[in-house]
Amino acid sequence: MPFQSDRRTGAALNTNVFAPWEDPQAKPLIQFQNVTKRFGGFTAIDTLSLDIFEQEFFALLGPSGCGKTTMMRMLAGFEKPTEGHIMLGGQDIDPIPPNKRAVNMMFQSYALFPHLSIWENIAFGLRRDNMPKRDLEDRVEEMLRLTRLEQFARRKPHQISGGQRQRVALARSLAKAPKLLLLDEPLGALDKKLRQDTQFELMDIQEKTGTTFVIVTHDQEEAMTVASRVAVMDQGKLMQVSTPDRIYENPNSVYVADFIGDVNIIEGRATANGDEAYQIDWAEGQSPLTATSSTEFTNGQSCHLAIRPEKVTISADRPADAINAVQGKVLDIAYLGNLSTYYVELPNGTIIKAQSANTRRISRRSFTWEDPVWLSWTATAAVLLAN
Amino acid sequence: MNRLSWFNAVSLTLGFAFLYIPMVILIIFSFNESKLVTVWAGFSTKWYGELAQNEAFLNAAWVTIRVAVFSSTLATVLGTAAAYVLVRGGRFFGRTLFSGMIYAPLVMPEVITGLSLLLLFIGIGLDRGILTIVLAHTTFSMCFVSVVVSSRLVTFDKSLEEAALDLGCSPAQAFRLVTLPIIAPAVISGWLLAFTLSLDDLVIASFTSGPSATTLPIKIFSAVRLGVSPEINALSTIMIAVVTVGVITASLVTKRAMVRQKQDELAAARTE
Repeated sequence: MPFQSDRRTGAALNTNVFAPWEDPQAKPLIQFQNVTKRFGGFTAIDTLSLDIFEQEFFALLGPSGCGKTTMMRMLAGFEKPTEGHIMLGGQDIDPIPPNKRAVNMMFQSYALFPHLSIWENIAFGLRRDNMPKRDLEDRVEEMLRLTRLEQFARRKPHQISGGQRQRVALARSLAKAPKLLLLDEPLGALDKKLRQDTQFELMDIQEKTGTTFVIVTHDQEEAMTVASRVAVMDQGKLMQVSTPDRIYENPNSVYVADFIGDVNIIEGRATANGDEAYQIDWAEGQSPLTATSSTEFTNGQSCHLAIRPEKVTISADRPADAINAVQGKVLDIAYLGNLSTYYVELPNGTIIKAQSANTRRISRRSFTWEDPVWLSWTATAAVLLAN
Repeated sequence: MNRLSWFNAVSLTLGFAFLYIPMVILIIFSFNESKLVTVWAGFSTKWYGELAQNEAFLNAAWVTIRVAVFSSTLATVLGTAAAYVLVRGGRFFGRTLFSGMIYAPLVMPEVITGLSLLLLFIGIGLDRGILTIVLAHTTFSMCFVSVVVSSRLVTFDKSLEEAALDLGCSPAQAFRLVTLPIIAPAVISGWLLAFTLSLDDLVIASFTSGPSATTLPIKIFSAVRLGVSPEINALSTIMIAVVTVGVITASLVTKRAMVRQKQDELAAARTE
């Protein structure tokens, strides 16, 4: 696979970058075609269309109740779309029951069979296909090696740790070499440290096997880490589908900007000020802010300026060359160890977050509560959003 | 361990005396030399010997065991199926009504159950015998099985079944290979419950039995009406022994399984 190490660095101008979604010739593996799913009067999925390509690691991200799990259950075959169709490799899979689909799922609870050993759990799906004994044994051993579970093969699920169970669930769902693997909050039950290690393991296994992964998660860091593309969902609709860096740097709405990471939102009115540059009037008695945007705004149109806290510089004096600078005083400091987030209150009551790396010892911190400070950012640091 | 206060000790003694004195007396008098039930005349096991010679009692015991095995097995199949549909079947028309109706026989007076079954068997012209007792016992014990199994199914993680389907099982295979082995303890205790219920049922059996088939409780009841004999004491003692051994075995098996699982979990925690 040519895209192995650099496929997630979207910035690299390498022709081998893995980005089939930008190739109009590429045939998607999965197509949601105007899919709607209703449960009684509740619309879980609202006329949604989406293409997912082969070998992608695709993340469905959203708050609970946004419909991401319903999407996954429809792919697995446990739910049927009320309207629209889901295609897998060009074939309409709506009438196909779950046991006949080349799709496997890793359950949030892992759903390991408690009465079977690890070995038998992994062999379970292969036995249903009446695989010859030799091939079956080889395949199970291969899966055990892939997930580093060789020495636990004879144990029962309750005799191993949570992290090991997670790997058994993965091995079991990969054993049948599905075209598509669905992962429902696969790391939700692990503690943070183990989760981070496992994220890289998942990516590694996905690359080794070349399987298309669709992961459901509410953890935005997890989605950003593992996925080639992320779909941010809200109330049964897709808000934005893009690579992690574009979702973070170029959110298309206040919702996405706010859901992914931390953000300052400033409301105001845009006025064109040169090529792709806008002047934003945002508060009485404050000088207007400047931001660039490739989307068109009419003069006087209301807009939202989204600025990531780490792109806001905090300083004691007004930086001489700053395009955007506002003065305030430190209201609160969130100390995160490696980073500190300063909550700065402006004279009109607006609170803006600025984040900086703690390169110095905490006792030598430059700013403390009630200190007057200047916040500044460049014209390109912020994203101008219409809604 | 705390010592019991005198109040607690007295209430415990009283409670257990209330429960067990009648049984203890029965057991003691089963070893009585005398033919008179209430007069002690020295230790003897002769009544057990005589019991072994008593054709009528042995026949009744054999009928009872066959009825209990057949009816509890049938009740387990039907009760498990009913529990599965009521818990897993999703929402269908009349589900709530059915769930309520399956529990109704639990509180129905046995006399009424017995009478209605008798009327049914007469109505369809079925001769009373082992078959009718089996059917009658299945009827009233299947709701007990269904209660036990459905309480297990309610806590059963549905994603296990979905995982089985996902890995290529048909719904029937998923039930046989995943659901059934996991709920097996509940199914077995349902079977044991049905078995004991059938073993000691007198009322329903007396409505539905015929001259060709007499169960042990009926036999004992009719024998006692002619006077209590030490033989019956001996028979009752054997029944108490069988039930006690059964209960102790069942609880030991459960306890051992629990202890082993706990050890396994500890072992797993150490390897991390």
